[in-house]
Amino acid sequence: MRYMLMMHAPRGTGDYQVSEWSPADLKAHIEFMHRLNKDLAASGEMVSGEGLAGPGEAKLVRAGKNGVPMTDGPFPEAKEFLAGFWIVDVEHADRAYAIAARISAAPGPGGTPLNMPVEVRQVMSAPPTDG
Amino acid sequence: MAPSNVEHLLRDLAPQVLGAVARRHEDFAAAEDAVQEALIAAAEQWPEQGIPANPRGWLYHVAVRRLTDHIRSEISRRRREDTVASEVWAEWAFVPPPEGEVDVQQDDTLVLLFMCCHPALTPSSSIALTLRAVGGLTTAEIARAFLVPEATMAQRISRAKQSIRESGIPFRMPTDEERAERLSAVLHILYLIFNEGYASSGGADLVRTDLSNEAIRLTRMLHTLLPDDGEVAGLLALMVLTDARRAARTGPSGELIPLDEQDRSLWDQRLIAEGVALISDTLSKGSIGVYQLQAAIAAVHDEAARSEDTDWPQILALYDVLRGLQDNPMIALNHAIAAAMVHGPPTGLELLEALDGDPRIRGHYRLDAVRAHLHEMAGDHDRALAHYRAAATRTTSIPERNYLTTKAARLRERYRPPDAAERER
Repeated sequence: MRYMLMMHAPRGTGDYQVSEWSPADLKAHIEFMHRLNKDLAASGEMVSGEGLAGPGEAKLVRAGKNGVPMTDGPFPEAKEFLAGFWIVDVEHADRAYAIAARISAAPGPGGTPLNMPVEVRQVMSAPPTDG
Repeated sequence: MAPSNVEHLLRDLAPQVLGAVARRHEDFAAAEDAVQEALIAAAEQWPEQGIPANPRGWLYHVAVRRLTDHIRSEISRRRREDTVASEVWAEWAFVPPPEGEVDVQQDDTLVLLFMCCHPALTPSSSIALTLRAVGGLTTAEIARAFLVPEATMAQRISRAKQSIRESGIPFRMPTDEERAERLSAVLHILYLIFNEGYASSGGADLVRTDLSNEAIRLTRMLHTLLPDDGEVAGLLALMVLTDARRAARTGPSGELIPLDEQDRSLWDQRLIAEGVALISDTLSKGSIGVYQLQAAIAAVHDEAARSEDTDWPQILALYDVLRGLQDNPMIALNHAIAAAMVHGPPTGLELLEALDGDPRIRGHYRLDAVRAHLHEMAGDHDRALAHYRAAATRTTSIPERNYLTTKAARLRERYRPPDAAERER
């Protein structure tokens, strides 16, 4: 079963809360993410994962007249933003929750876990085979 | 024979065989498919059954047979639809394949490169097609290198071949008038492949080794075919001189390490020697061009045993010439850095101001990153901090973002009283 894990990071005062962190805290956080991705690749559970560019450039787009793109945003008042996502292939939902919890506990300032909200959604699959 | 040896042999033979097949059969797209099938058959059979006495001939005949089968089935399909059209096809479909050695022409690989890097194609199409038709990589391998699904890459390649068919690009050498422009298109595509591998613009992996290696291999091949072309030698030199620093460029967590902080004992001296020899040779012939100048600059960096030994006046002089040759904001940016290293940060910052009006680079994170660096050199830490942050927000590469955020954090830690930092938390 495939799940998408969406990590919502705290925005802080600017585009990123991380821009206020100390070098040591940053280093610990970067190493944590590096380790996590390596572990998911080694266990064969990683399908894909991407980090997203800053929310300062984020836009909401709707089609206007004749399909012309109408853009809105960015939204500086948002407290949290989608910072990245993973798609994992696991045996059970519980395993997806466990990975999400590990992501959530990524270290923040002073090494304290950030406890970020991670949204877990199952990815739709092919229809069942007949018979 | 080990599978990896078979793979090397096949990748070397791929453009020669495709060249020979494409010269005989006008449909390049079908020829390319047939050769790809022959390569796959060889990759399956040769490691177990051994390499045939004439591997090139083997590949050629298998490819021609596949092509003939393909044409036969196409004819019977068309015969059902249209009797007249089938006769045209039949005329060249049943030319018996030549026996024995394949008529390989030295220029086939070159013609192929010109064709795959034709200006009528988009750069992403050219890159994919070059890697497959000239590099002999499978669609799956190319897809993996570009981190896209195989079906996506297959579609990109098939559209590229469709464009070749539609624009009626013939399988022949460009005319003398076209040649310089077409060669520069080829060099540009090879350079893009190298860069994609070396400084991949997306994703978390900073170095996608295979693409850099492949770009170097193809450029080396081109240099063998055109040994007297200064820019081909210059591009090859630039690639190996840049690639020589690969091991020093990233840390254990994939973090970016800038040139002046790299452990230079990790630099590959063999590649440096090769690059320096290549560039010295072409410059001594009085040849000049943008790749040669960039290679010369890379050579100056590579020859400095320590960062502080770098011959910046020499680099500045080379950037001065380069700037006169090519109007490119990235070159202007690097020129400003060199000027700052020689004449001090204010000179560099002044040169950057001229770039603010250039829409090609305005708002680009590199402009902020360089400005931050020069302000830091000048001791203006508040401005440096602001620009490091702006650059971190704008870059689309995770290793770059981590690097720039860390630079800002280090500055803040060093130049702010600890109690102020404490209050911020």
